[in-house]
Amino acid sequence: MAKVLQTPTKSVLQSRWSERLPLREQSSPDFLSRKTPRNTPGCNNDRFIPARKNVDMDLATLLLAKENSVAASPKNEEYKKQLAGNMLRENDGNSRILSFSSKPPPPPEGFENPRKALYTQNVTSPVKSKKMFRHIPQAPERTLDAPELLDDYYLNLLDWSSTNIVAIALGNTVYLWDASTSSIEELMTVGDEGPVTSVCWAPDGQYIAVGLNNADVQLWDSQSLRQVRSLKGHSARVGALAWNGGPILSTGGRDNSIINHDVRIREHITSRMIAHEQEVCGLKWAPGGQRLASGGNDNLLHIWDIAAGSTQGPTPYLHRMDDHQAAVKALAWCPFQANLLASGGGTADRCIKFWNTSTGACVNSIDTQSQVCALQWSKHEKEIVSSHGFSQNQLCLWKYPSMVKMTELTGHTSRVLHLAQSPDGYTVASAAGDETLRFWQVFGSPDVAKVPAKVKLTDSRSALHSRNIRSPRDRVNLHRQTASYAFCIRYDHRPSVDPNTTLEGKITTINPENPGIVDPFCKTSSK
Amino acid sequence: MLRLVVTLRSSSVEAQLVSVEQPTRSMGTAQLTRDIITLKGSAAIVSEFFCYAVNSILFQRGIYPAENFARVKKYGLTMLICEDERVKTFINTVTKQMADWLETGSLERVVLVVASIASGEVLERWSFNIETDKEVTEKGIAREKPDKEIMTDIQGVMRQITSSVTFLPHLEEPCTFDLLVYTPPDSKVPPLWGESDARLINNPQVVKLRSVDTKVHRVDAMVAYKFDG
Repeated sequence: MAKVLQTPTKSVLQSRWSERLPLREQSSPDFLSRKTPRNTPGCNNDRFIPARKNVDMDLATLLLAKENSVAASPKNEEYKKQLAGNMLRENDGNSRILSFSSKPPPPPEGFENPRKALYTQNVTSPVKSKKMFRHIPQAPERTLDAPELLDDYYLNLLDWSSTNIVAIALGNTVYLWDASTSSIEELMTVGDEGPVTSVCWAPDGQYIAVGLNNADVQLWDSQSLRQVRSLKGHSARVGALAWNGGPILSTGGRDNSIINHDVRIREHITSRMIAHEQEVCGLKWAPGGQRLASGGNDNLLHIWDIAAGSTQGPTPYLHRMDDHQAAVKALAWCPFQANLLASGGGTADRCIKFWNTSTGACVNSIDTQSQVCALQWSKHEKEIVSSHGFSQNQLCLWKYPSMVKMTELTGHTSRVLHLAQSPDGYTVASAAGDETLRFWQVFGSPDVAKVPAKVKLTDSRSALHSRNIRSPRDRVNLHRQTASYAFCIRYDHRPSVDPNTTLEGKITTINPENPGIVDPFCKTSSK
Repeated sequence: MLRLVVTLRSSSVEAQLVSVEQPTRSMGTAQLTRDIITLKGSAAIVSEFFCYAVNSILFQRGIYPAENFARVKKYGLTMLICEDERVKTFINTVTKQMADWLETGSLERVVLVVASIASGEVLERWSFNIETDKEVTEKGIAREKPDKEIMTDIQGVMRQITSSVTFLPHLEEPCTFDLLVYTPPDSKVPPLWGESDARLINNPQVVKLRSVDTKVHRVDAMVAYKFDG
């Protein structure tokens, strides 16, 4: 204390202050009587209003300040020092911080902290685990020109075969584009019967069903490029086709009916299912080939049993869902959960709905803010991709069942009418009203996948999905087997293709840097 | 039952301490002089403590591969010393210089900085504040403190360094370390030493560790680490 108050002014103050020291103890009535006019008789420790002119304000301020510093006991000093130390502010600017000029060596290359295995679960200081969303390329992997692609919501003009061939109907012609070699073939061109209104590959990837505007359905062999047979039965254009994984082809037409054809027999029509009141635009068989989902322009969604039409129930269909407020074109059966169906509604509806097809209950429904044109489930993750129209014309990737939107893929300049998935399940092709066909790697890439084929092989024979996965070598013509007709999936990875390969015919490559601009030369030469 | 456990524990601690004491006891004549701590002796103890503490941190935090470390019995504990030649020279050179500074009382703080190699970001900052008894440095008088007590202090800090892995975040990326030394502004900068910035961590979590007190030097340890909770 004495040390602190060594300056002359301070010592003067100190003498005065020492006089007033008892005040701090608040126990000397004598002091109070001397310094302060006693306004209230008999008041010692009570509140009082001082006479300001008798009070030396400067001194009071000083004393007040002093009091605080004096009150700091050695213990407090210690505490303060610790506090300062803890705040890492102590000695800032007061010390010289030195470090040795040569630095210690870095740990050897490739060395990983061995404590990782031991202390990855820190409870007290959790380093936030990064959400491991995989990288989804935002740009299409490849863009192909698709001139004369009909901009009609009710048609199904794109399909990708199990043998890795994309079939697309452009106007009156069906083209086959081999995704492994980028080679292109013209399958067929129709005259007055056209345009082509739907294409659908048989599960074996050799035969393809083609629906026409004149209500005809033709079956073509993609290897010999010859028509195998013609299936008649509709009275208006056939906009939706679906194979049940076996020899049954279902066709849906503008005549509101759905017809099941057994393509092996002469009298091919096995059943005719009439429940829709307007054009049938969506048809999909469940993986097991036992149930068929159909959507129509009458906003209805029907679930049919394979035996429908032959059995006499109260209704021909199993379930009728009238929740959608617009045409139901987008349909997709879940590959990992039996009986789960996703359906998307048109412009007035904009919803993706999920159905338990056993009970007919709507499991989930989300508004996508845009018409839903097509849906595709991922084979590898619990994800679903949807394609939309106005105003973004985007593809959306959703996580199921949370339905968190993982990403939006934009690029198309008109509504994305059709989606098709590659046989390896990593790439999705989209065909849009802007007459382009784009390939997106939305479901991951084969390089990072953990041998999906191997995993699937183990359960390939399960009753849940009666599909058969075989290596390409021992792949046989499974379609000849009748009873246990198996869905054959080729799982060899699609070889990389030079995107600049010149394509003959109508599909031409587009500069991937600027997909909006179509090379006019290619386009004209293609015709 | 509980009591039984407690007694078992305390006896195990005692057993350890006894094993620590034995070598000193055996040198019967030396015992009297041992309790007196001179400035030089204290500097030696503290700089040696730094050497072991730094090595221990390097091992516990996994800065270098575990196979680079050798086991040494010290302070009644098994200490690990890095055998990588370059790391060894670095630590030895620095601690030697520290001993010189400690003897003049001009060492205020030693900081071990753990920083990411890739980004250079400081992830951990092990700080040892040193308070030197001015009377000892100025007048050269000696203090008294039993060797055993200093050893217990050091043991405490070393054990805390070992247990720190339980609360410190895992170092995901390869890291390197550096030693910063705080000296008074008027002190001389020895050759091969250069001035550095403080390499502070923004918004750190701070955990105070125990102290080592030789009555001449008092070393307060603490660790600050980057926390993105």
